[in-house]
Amino acid sequence: MAKLANFTPTILKNLFSKPATTTYPFEPFKYPEGTRGHIENDIDNCIFCGMCTRNCPTRCLTIDKATHTWTINRFDCLACEYCTVVCPKKCLHTVEGYQEPMPEKSTVTYTMSEEAIAAEAEKKRIAAEKAKAAKEAAAKKKAEEEAKAAAEAAAAEAAPEAPAAE
Amino acid sequence: MAETTAKRSIVPYGPQHPVLPEPIHLDLVLEDEKIVDVLPNVGFIHRGLEKLVQKKDFNEMMYVIERVCGICSFVHGMGYCATIEKVFDVEIPDRAKFLRTMWSEMSRIHSHMLWLGLLADAFGFESLFYQVWRSREQILNMVELHTGSRLISSVNKVGGVLKDVDDDKLKILSKTIDQIEEDMLRVQKVFFEDYSVQSRLKGIGILTPEQAHALGAVGPFARASGIPLDLRMRGDNAMPYIDFEPITSNDCDCYARCYVRFMEVLQSIDIIRQCIAKMPADHTLVTPVKGNPQGEAFVRLEQPRGEVVYYAKANGTKFLDRFRVRTPTFANLIPLCETIKGENFADLGLLVLSIDPCISCTER
Repeated sequence: MAKLANFTPTILKNLFSKPATTTYPFEPFKYPEGTRGHIENDIDNCIFCGMCTRNCPTRCLTIDKATHTWTINRFDCLACEYCTVVCPKKCLHTVEGYQEPMPEKSTVTYTMSEEAIAAEAEKKRIAAEKAKAAKEAAAKKKAEEEAKAAAEAAAAEAAPEAPAAE
Repeated sequence: MAETTAKRSIVPYGPQHPVLPEPIHLDLVLEDEKIVDVLPNVGFIHRGLEKLVQKKDFNEMMYVIERVCGICSFVHGMGYCATIEKVFDVEIPDRAKFLRTMWSEMSRIHSHMLWLGLLADAFGFESLFYQVWRSREQILNMVELHTGSRLISSVNKVGGVLKDVDDDKLKILSKTIDQIEEDMLRVQKVFFEDYSVQSRLKGIGILTPEQAHALGAVGPFARASGIPLDLRMRGDNAMPYIDFEPITSNDCDCYARCYVRFMEVLQSIDIIRQCIAKMPADHTLVTPVKGNPQGEAFVRLEQPRGEVVYYAKANGTKFLDRFRVRTPTFANLIPLCETIKGENFADLGLLVLSIDPCISCTER
């Protein structure tokens, strides 16, 4: 009999304890901290460098620099987080909540906001101006140096002539 | 008087069969109810993952190799990275070693608990099956807490690991493994002493130590035949700092395989405790590697199912020339056929299960 009743204490314990399962739709599912649910892009910080698209094992990401869009095919994504590792701006990250069901296979596109595009254009303009100023300054400096070198050369040429004239 | 001979018949078994976890085909030669010969046949789910190594760069390939198998996914990723690290000749930081050991033991616990549940299901003890899987959920939650994913963890990297674990998460893990140990000790008596379990497992599928050695059995299957073959004794990752003795049994039957795997769950819990206690304070996780690999390397590791061998040949570009995995199920298939011979047809499901078959590993 002892050989038969080994499981009885477990059965009794399970009978008088709360169920291990949850009533899912009525009780929301609790994700553990740091769950890799799905990838989100903080698109306004994205520089469209293409590191994520080149390194994605399934090639599920595409970017378009001209239209400032970043597209993900969630049906191909493994949520392996490799894109978040290689992203230089760290604008990619995984958030909790698995990918939601969709009626058909489709992609999700993130577009940079107008303000961010304007801010980026402004940044580019300032950078271009700075670069132009730096270029001009460099050209000016070079011209000055050339003039100086020419003057020195002329002086050096003139100096040996003097003794020859004597 | 005419000699009576039993009529021989050939029964094709699988690849689709209710008791088979994965597609393997066996041609069985039966004499009445007794199996006298068996011929295995695999190749139904070949995916050609090893060929992909010539198309994916060596960093991306880690995510492909992890998908060789769903259950030993972590160890496959770890083995791939260990092989490439050997080609580069780099040593990973101490904390990464401890984390790799800890996570691989967690994957061993959930793999063995999955097997114990399936075993209970195979001998018709449904409530024991659900009880073990209920405990298994806890370790899967811990894997998700630590790595972000329940099974395919994607935390390995050539040169180390990608994620760190803070003290809070270690405390939660410590508490959870205490709970799992308590749960498992409660069902230990059922697995080891219950009448119905013993009547289905004892004396079934005998594989003598000589046969196991000659046919090259590995892992818990070999340890259940009294061979103390455990690759963790070689001291991979953090194992040199851990007290560890391989668990063996001399019964050589299905009961011994159940005993070895059950005790290994408790042993893995002990190893995780030691890892938590000895976890290095230095939070360096990755030794950076530069350039592309050049050369070749072999790595042997202990997976939940047994010894696995990885071979990589690199040519100095970002694509490897060749990558090969010899998985434990591949090694255990021939000894399995030996155990099946002479057994009853009704025990076949149990016998195939007793090696913990992973056919998608075998075919890759």
